[in-house]
Amino acid sequence: MSVEIVLQTLLSGLLIGLVYALVAVGLTMIFGVMDIVNFAHGEFLMFGMYASFWLFSLYKLDPLFTLPLTALLLFALGAAVYQTVVRRIIHASMLSQIFTTFGLMILFRGIAQFLWKPDFRSIDNSLVSGAVRLGALQFGLPQIVAGAGAILATALIWWFLDRTRLGVALEATAADREAAQLMGIPVQRMFTIAWGIAAACAGIAGGLLSTFYPVFPEVGANFILIAFVVVALGGFGSVTGAFLAGIIVGLVEVVGGFLIGPQLKLALVLLLYLLVVLLRPQGLLGRA
Amino acid sequence: MKRGLGRLLSAILVFIGGAPAAPAGEEVKIGAIYPLTGAAASTGLELKNAVELAAEMINHGAQGLNLPLAGNAGLPGLKGAKIRLVFGDHQSNPQIGATEAERLITQEKVVALIGCYASNVTATASQVAERYGVPFLNPDSSSATLTQRNFKWFFRTTPHDELFVRNFFVFLKALETKRGIRPKRIALMNENTLWGTETTKLEEKLAKEQGYNIVETVIYPAKSTQLTSEVQRLKASSPDLLMQSSYLGDAILSIKSYQELGFTPQAILANDAGFNDSEFLRTLGKAGNYVLSREVWALDLTSRNPLIKQVNDIYFKRFKTNFNGNSARAFTGLYTLAEAINRAGSTQPEAMRKALTETNIGGDKLIMPWQGIKFDATGQNTLGSGIIVQVQHGKYVTVWPFELASADVIWPMPAWDKR
Repeated sequence: MSVEIVLQTLLSGLLIGLVYALVAVGLTMIFGVMDIVNFAHGEFLMFGMYASFWLFSLYKLDPLFTLPLTALLLFALGAAVYQTVVRRIIHASMLSQIFTTFGLMILFRGIAQFLWKPDFRSIDNSLVSGAVRLGALQFGLPQIVAGAGAILATALIWWFLDRTRLGVALEATAADREAAQLMGIPVQRMFTIAWGIAAACAGIAGGLLSTFYPVFPEVGANFILIAFVVVALGGFGSVTGAFLAGIIVGLVEVVGGFLIGPQLKLALVLLLYLLVVLLRPQGLLGRA
Repeated sequence: MKRGLGRLLSAILVFIGGAPAAPAGEEVKIGAIYPLTGAAASTGLELKNAVELAAEMINHGAQGLNLPLAGNAGLPGLKGAKIRLVFGDHQSNPQIGATEAERLITQEKVVALIGCYASNVTATASQVAERYGVPFLNPDSSSATLTQRNFKWFFRTTPHDELFVRNFFVFLKALETKRGIRPKRIALMNENTLWGTETTKLEEKLAKEQGYNIVETVIYPAKSTQLTSEVQRLKASSPDLLMQSSYLGDAILSIKSYQELGFTPQAILANDAGFNDSEFLRTLGKAGNYVLSREVWALDLTSRNPLIKQVNDIYFKRFKTNFNGNSARAFTGLYTLAEAINRAGSTQPEAMRKALTETNIGGDKLIMPWQGIKFDATGQNTLGSGIIVQVQHGKYVTVWPFELASADVIWPMPAWDKR
């Protein structure tokens, strides 16, 4: 096995891992802030992909330029979902919460099927297409852009949470809901923002993915399983943890799949998940 | 209440779906079960159009065409009786398929059934037909298991998956004889559901029998988010020929990954499905060129066979679209059934069954690229075969069998950066 193949698989794993990380960041944030597992998160990703697809095919706007618009649309959707549905169940039992977000998942898929048919669609000839050569190594430009976009978006989230007043208020709400309320933080507004940001993250990931992955109503299912593993591995609620874990999962999937056998690539990821749950249940950077 | 509504809907469906009322006189009622609503509804509509056109052409006598029964209005063996189709909608659901078969047999009193496109629905619907002793003609389901059940009343005109895979090796042999091309190293890339794994087993077995060397077998999860590790493995095995079975999403993703990672075998031989979906070329554009894929029918067959062109023209005039593999097979299926009923000279089940087993239609009377139609003891047509198409200049053209081909196989395909 040559050095090139090792480097190639490592970097390919890193690139897809960054996208996993971005999908998982939104998921882990909702959990961290309000202890709700959002099963409909993959559908936010799907809507993000459709937004990019339609903006591209109807108005010839490249997915790269429509990313901010996609993020904005998805922010609005996430906030609206919180205000209309999730707000009513934040004090309900965990089972009700699971059923609610699970129901949302089925509803969103149904809506997408109804509006856009179950067909597979793709964006062809976007600005980001083709391959980049680095000596003997070769990478798809869409994947490189997606990886870079994922780093940027995650860095932005991190900056927001750590360096802005609003972000710190959000972190405070996550740490202790009642205490935050006593300190005068408008908790409901914080929750709305959290859902908006989470959906926007998935939307950006969807926009980045749409340049190389086909768009169809069930597409969220392909990514959400991995996103859950990433969240658990990184530690529920930890944005930095999710970022690291996304990269680890991407590497395990690609490198492990290459070395041991592609039919086992998902099994390897889930094995890693089992190991983490057994040895370090709180995840890499989670609060014990 | 629910039941009543269901009946009302069925009644409406039959009303809409049924052929125009035939003139007084004898009628041969045939039930056709297809996915008229639900996810496969668009295919269901094509199939319905095709069998309706076939029924009409039989009833009016397709003058001047070299089809079975041509020149006679209706079935001469039954004093000119007309075919009347009664439709059932299975919604791609095996349970509904079975209840629709039951309804058509017991309430509509159809004498034979045709359908159902989806293999799993055909399986349940034909079980009902078997129980009632009603002939079931299946023009369009490809699961090999359907004719392994030793049914007495089940007849299938289309080749099944196993025959299609065998076709690959017949094609390779023919390519060696004619052009001196023999791939020394073959890699397999198949998805991991039932279809892909069955194909893998069969390909491995046939390759061994025929002395081909399989250097890598990649089985990948159908719902993969990336195929990088798969492509790296394929690349490391440097095959001359890649044989691939994929659905649409993974077919697109794989070709994009080959391109991005610079993987170029001499040829990609695909197993229909995703590679023949209209979205495949729309998405990939030029990147889809040179892919070889097996097919059941192709539009350019019209240039080789005048009958196919004549019938396709009629179909196009009526429905503003060309035949495809599904509609052409459904059309042929109803003709086969009608021809047998005509020879039986009656609608007695046993007489029809006997006539079906004695079916022997020549390839020149078909709009399919087959040698003909002749059923074996399991009810499988033994004279059917697939064709191989290649994407050339953004279009699917027939390249094998050579006598039907409208273009030569382009082999090897150029590397990605030399296109």
